[in-house]
Amino acid sequence: MESMLHITTLHYLVLGAALFLLGVIGVLTRRNVVIVLMSIELILNAVNLNLVAFSRLWGGLHGQVFAIFVITDAAAEAAVGLGILIAFFRNKETVNIDEVNLLKW
Amino acid sequence: MAPVATPFFFYLLAGIMILGGILVITRKNPVHSAVALIVTLLAQASIYLMLYAPFVAGVQIILYAGGIMVLFLFVIMLVSIDRSMKERQFNSQWVVGIIAATALGGLFIAVYTKGKDIFPDRALPMVENDNTQKIATMLYGQYMFAFEIASLLLLVAIIGAVVMAKKRI
Repeated sequence: MESMLHITTLHYLVLGAALFLLGVIGVLTRRNVVIVLMSIELILNAVNLNLVAFSRLWGGLHGQVFAIFVITDAAAEAAVGLGILIAFFRNKETVNIDEVNLLKW
Repeated sequence: MAPVATPFFFYLLAGIMILGGILVITRKNPVHSAVALIVTLLAQASIYLMLYAPFVAGVQIILYAGGIMVLFLFVIMLVSIDRSMKERQFNSQWVVGIIAATALGGLFIAVYTKGKDIFPDRALPMVENDNTQKIATMLYGQYMFAFEIASLLLLVAIIGAVVMAKKRI
């Protein structure tokens, strides 16, 4: 009970791991490309949470600066991913990831 | 100002985040998923505030909940989702996907139960009133090169997104 009421770094890490798992499940099981991209955002957010929690643990700001860089990467990734999605929708008239099978053997 | 009632707010926000995450990966309509993701991102911004990171919390709200999610909603508007909403929502490899995710969860549990004593149980006093100033000094000093690379990355991403979304170049 004592460990439940005292929030340590481990609590934040477990929360980050849970979010990461939800994102992985979304990426691996969903068919809709839009939701797959949203799950990737969930994964990146879990990483950000870990970075900021470690920044709090060690008392420095390097983790927070890295979190800002990760957010920048997430913006770039979302822009390119959604651009690819629009190009894909124009060619195939669908957003199902199962039908991206041109390179499948 | 030190956070008050930290355990209560931590569990409340963690519950909102997990619930939002579950809604994101289970909803049929992508718009509902996007709204759930916005709720998750806002709760995460509040958790950043609890971790003495007000600047990252602001960036999270403005850039993620404001910028990226609007981009998502615009793209959902551009593509037709009627057909995909009537179809099967989970792909053919979903069993393998669940097994792989379970294995990853087992790995996380093993690592965190084995290594939970590695992290020192301490909370260094952090000042938050000059948090933004310190981050700016680091971004333009120590992380100057990475900062410039990030701007180059954003330029490439803008050009790439326009090139791929355009019908004819």
